[in-house]
Amino acid sequence: MPAPIRLRELIRTIRTARTQAEEREMIQKECAAIRSSFREEDNTYRCRNVAKLLYMHMLGYPAHFGQLECLKLIASQKFTDKRIGYLGAMLLLDERQDVHLLMTNCIKNDLNHSTQYVQGLALCTLGCMGSSEMCRDLAGEVEKLLKTSNSYLRKKAALCAVHVIRKVPELMEMFLPATKNLLNEKNHGVLHTSVVLLTEMCERSPDMLAHFRKVRQLSFSQLVPQLVRILKNLIMSGYSPEHDVSGISDPFLQVRILRLLRILGRNDDDSSEAMNDILAQVATNTETSKNVGNAILYETVLTIMDIKSESGLRVLAINILGRFLLNNDKNIRYVALTSLLKTVQTDHNAVQRHRSTIVDCLKDLDVSIKRRAMELSFALVNGNNVRGMMKELLYFLDSCEPEFKADCASGIFLAAEKYAPSKRWHIDTIMRVLTTAGSYVRDDAVPNLIQLITNSGEMHAYTVQRLYKAILGDYSQQPLVQVASWCIGEYGDLLVSGQCEEEEPIQVTEDEVLDILESVLISNMSASVTRGYALTAIMKLSTRFTCTVNRIKKVVSIYGSSIDVELQQRAVEYNALFKKYDHMRPALLERMPVMEKVTTNGPAEIVQTNGETETAVLETKPPPSGLQPANQANDLLDLLGGSDITPVIPTAPTSKPATAGGELLDLLGDLNLTGSPVSAPAPQIAQPPFLLDGLTSQPLFNDIAAGIPSITAYNKNGLKIDFTFERSNTNPSVTVITIQASNSTELDMTDFVFQAAVPKTFQLQLLSPSSSVIPAFNSGTITQVIKVLNPQKQQLRMRIKLTYNHKGSAMQDLAEVNNFPPQSWQ
Amino acid sequence: IHFILLFSRQGKLRLQKWYTTLPDKEKKKIIREIVQIILSRNQKTSSFVDWKDLKLVYKRYASLYFCCAIEDQDNELLTLEVVHRYVELLDRYFGNVCELDIIFNFEKAYFILDEFIIGGEVQETSKKTAVKAIEDADMLQETVEEYMNKPAF
Repeated sequence: MPAPIRLRELIRTIRTARTQAEEREMIQKECAAIRSSFREEDNTYRCRNVAKLLYMHMLGYPAHFGQLECLKLIASQKFTDKRIGYLGAMLLLDERQDVHLLMTNCIKNDLNHSTQYVQGLALCTLGCMGSSEMCRDLAGEVEKLLKTSNSYLRKKAALCAVHVIRKVPELMEMFLPATKNLLNEKNHGVLHTSVVLLTEMCERSPDMLAHFRKVRQLSFSQLVPQLVRILKNLIMSGYSPEHDVSGISDPFLQVRILRLLRILGRNDDDSSEAMNDILAQVATNTETSKNVGNAILYETVLTIMDIKSESGLRVLAINILGRFLLNNDKNIRYVALTSLLKTVQTDHNAVQRHRSTIVDCLKDLDVSIKRRAMELSFALVNGNNVRGMMKELLYFLDSCEPEFKADCASGIFLAAEKYAPSKRWHIDTIMRVLTTAGSYVRDDAVPNLIQLITNSGEMHAYTVQRLYKAILGDYSQQPLVQVASWCIGEYGDLLVSGQCEEEEPIQVTEDEVLDILESVLISNMSASVTRGYALTAIMKLSTRFTCTVNRIKKVVSIYGSSIDVELQQRAVEYNALFKKYDHMRPALLERMPVMEKVTTNGPAEIVQTNGETETAVLETKPPPSGLQPANQANDLLDLLGGSDITPVIPTAPTSKPATAGGELLDLLGDLNLTGSPVSAPAPQIAQPPFLLDGLTSQPLFNDIAAGIPSITAYNKNGLKIDFTFERSNTNPSVTVITIQASNSTELDMTDFVFQAAVPKTFQLQLLSPSSSVIPAFNSGTITQVIKVLNPQKQQLRMRIKLTYNHKGSAMQDLAEVNNFPPQSWQ
Repeated sequence: IHFILLFSRQGKLRLQKWYTTLPDKEKKKIIREIVQIILSRNQKTSSFVDWKDLKLVYKRYASLYFCCAIEDQDNELLTLEVVHRYVELLDRYFGNVCELDIIFNFEKAYFILDEFIIGGEVQETSKKTAVKAIEDADMLQETVEEYMNKPAF
């Protein structure tokens, strides 16, 4: 049989194929030839055939029948065979393959081979893709090689050890003695890989970390000074052609050392102090004209920010970031924004100085840069700059990509909520968001806005007028239409009477108003929910308008036979109101009472203002279908055994409690209307004002009280809950806690519910969470806001209860949070 | 580093090195996705892309795109240097390397990569040392005659 064609020949041939089909044909032909050659156990050409197979594998064709052949090649004595064999193994024989383990013996033998290049191959293969079993079997060999004086092998063994530790963390201890002398090497390769090994150990095990920080034995000199010394030598030494990159000596090693120093210095005063000087030196002496220098500076900044460095150093670091921001190179700007985002919590004022540059980045063309600039901007908004920042952010909302709009809108709402200089400004801002990005706004926004409007009594006329004008031209944006419908229903009388003070009042007749509401009802663009709003608004106007009641009656009765069940039910009930209960109608459809800010639900919910809880509150009424089930306060109470802890009902759109909340409810209860429990005339009001979402893994608002440290309140089974704090300037006994729940496991956690309870002297208000699903791999978070009123300035304690579904089973846990920082309650 | 991909401007894969274990189908899907993302980015964007929970660092050299996927805590700017260093090694070994060199000598490209990076971490920071190691290993490779004459086991 003729010799199989050579690899290069094959490649050349395949490249001449003009179509995919032609290529496939050639490949199939060659594969058949290779297969028969394998069957014949042809030793001479096995290497060549496998090489060709690997090429075809790269083109995307199946190559699994070559797996065993790779094993045979590895076992061969010829170096050429081994080289291709190991390459094939790394490409085809990952740990998911059945025959993977068969390599173990070959690798073991080769680890002890007389030729260092063969040993190198074995180490490389093991270090790239060895399975846990393989690592366990061969760890001893690796450890032996770690102590050899051959630097070629030593560096490979070090990285192999890193891989072993990653696969089988328990084996870490085993490598500890070998690390003693690693840093005494002169060889940069060994130094670099040793630093990587030490980094891996320190990152994985706090014990190791503690060990390396201190002096243990006489022969084991302290790690931090050693690293500092090496780094110093690198910087001070003259030109070394072998390791030079654009005038900087071995930047790879420098960066790795800086990273290890970061881990060693974190939360450790002594270590941090020992490195202050060298960090300052690196920060000031490194050339910034090329990417290399900036890479080192970047790492230096990260280290400075993470350890307990002195403030001068921190300012230096932030200034470096500021300079980065002005750099023309996009990569550098990107990196600067990322770092600033990490540091904005702790060094807020310093970052504020660069605010204008950050805002400029909003206009950048690069999507990643824009996103980071947006997140950072939100973090920097405070009472002083809110007007200017909002202008920029609204402009950004106008022009940004759709994927940003939802997050941007939510962020704007949040910032407006916290820092609005005036009610009118607030309403204007929200209206602007609704009109520019109305369809991207989250569903929570509607009830929030409605509540906001209710609370700004003097602005009602202005608001309803603006909203009316907004939907006159275009009623396709659902959230906007919903809010507008609600307002018109509520304040329609102000609209037609032309009472607006803030603006030029417009002339509107009752019929015109009803026209627009009816168009919303009829329009194909309106969602079912929106129609509900419109119908209810029309109904409410029956008590506010004087001349068009008949028209309203007609509209309502038409929808009594609507296909949409929700609309039909409402229409029928409203009809009943007209007919049998007309005397009740005015009272029922009366103006909504102003919702106090302390309570977060509409009139359908119990007011929780004092420490004296009405524990009977949320007990028995089952929630109506379609609304979120109420979190039963009773559970928490039962669990706490009625101790001095006062349970708080987390706010969620809920059932109708039997006890008094508003006269409306009593009336409705008595009426015994048809069908299931009727939602209050304005159904979606029962939503808290705060709009939170997992924009980033960091809280977006800034710490007015200049850095109250955040805490991890709970961390178990992959679920981590962090608390960040903010104190209100206006009311010093209020602490606002934002919780962020993240999930580091591989499966999402669903139906997540967070409940909290505090001692009796406190008041707690729990607002609606951003969602009930925590995505896996820390790829998103749930945020929720807790407001704590602590008039007696007592030490804050909290008991929390978590329920969620994970991996198909329901999980539940109770915990106590006691580690509140003093600044959060004093 | 989780993986390294080299691909041409037409999206043809020239090299793939995975430092994590994934099923074949998954790898193919990832490659398709990433090639699409990177090829659609224009000149004015940065070299970094957020992708799932990793960061992609890519750079174009002539007709080839070099793409590394790194973890959150890795230094992006340094990764650019790593990519550049790899290109320099290829250049030193092949002498004015071009895409064709990598196509026809893909196994050598892998060998060079393996001399530079193991398990996703850099093992050698000296250009001279890395290239010398490859060249010495090349010397060990048997000539065809030797190959035919030596026994297999």
